[in-house]
Amino acid sequence: MREIALHLLDIAENSVAANAHMIVMMVCEDLHRDRLTASVTDDGKGMDADMMSKVSDPFITSRTTRKVGLGIPLLKAAAEACTGGLTIRSQVGKGTRLEVDFQHSHIDRMPLGDLAGTLLTLVVAYPQIRFVFEYTAVADKGVPREQFIFDTQPIVAELGDIPLTEPEVLAFLRETIDGGITQAQAALNQ
Amino acid sequence: MPAIKSLEDLKRIREEALEKRKVKTESGVAQVTVAMGTCGIAAGARDTMKAILSYIETNNVSGVIVTQTGCIGMCEREPIVQVTIGEQPKVTYGKVTPDIAERIMKEHVQAGKTVSEFVVPA
Repeated sequence: MREIALHLLDIAENSVAANAHMIVMMVCEDLHRDRLTASVTDDGKGMDADMMSKVSDPFITSRTTRKVGLGIPLLKAAAEACTGGLTIRSQVGKGTRLEVDFQHSHIDRMPLGDLAGTLLTLVVAYPQIRFVFEYTAVADKGVPREQFIFDTQPIVAELGDIPLTEPEVLAFLRETIDGGITQAQAALNQ
Repeated sequence: MPAIKSLEDLKRIREEALEKRKVKTESGVAQVTVAMGTCGIAAGARDTMKAILSYIETNNVSGVIVTQTGCIGMCEREPIVQVTIGEQPKVTYGKVTPDIAERIMKEHVQAGKTVSEFVVPA
């Protein structure tokens, strides 16, 4: 996988598979601290210690655990190659939080990629799950600091039984997400 | 035009969609499923998904349900897209690039004709 955004999609799919009702995805590009951090937090079924010890090992995965096959080990290796790392905290019945961190300026850091595409894909495909997305951009000097927060709950509540795949709704979602991220990202060029 | 739209816009969108629904005849709901396991994502499933959503938006296609599934055990044929129209049996397509996804939307989902050259035998 060539984008951090694709990895985040992959991680969020694990949360979906864990029967999450709410998934919080945070991405922060901080040029001041020279870090790119991202996290995916869910309220899904969580993992026990045994499962936790396996998720980072690509070779232990079996059919029943294929949801956590290569995705996590690849992302972990990518982060570690950029003076960063990946941590997972999980509690059975409570949920899971995965955090990954990269040196923003590292030559080997893969691009952040199409975050808006990742988000749109998730939001539309799983309307029954509440997605909260937070993107933060911090400029070189520490200011300005711009943030875009997107929460599907008020949207789904407003739409009632109108599916998110109706063309007008799709246009609304795409423009909101695309526009919001692009606007916040402008902080990085200041 | 402001980049960020408000919930007011959404109210209007909802009313428009409800209005359209009244007019629409029940021809059987079409469901399009994109396999989004690690294998699918690595093979380009997100772009396939985006092409499907973009087709719906551009061509103003109403009444299509787009959803996802995990790895279905045919990783070598990813990206995989499945189409179900009404009560008809599910059709599975393999190696669906964004271009092929558009053809599936146009020929199968809209016109009801299976795009046989990309069908994965069950």
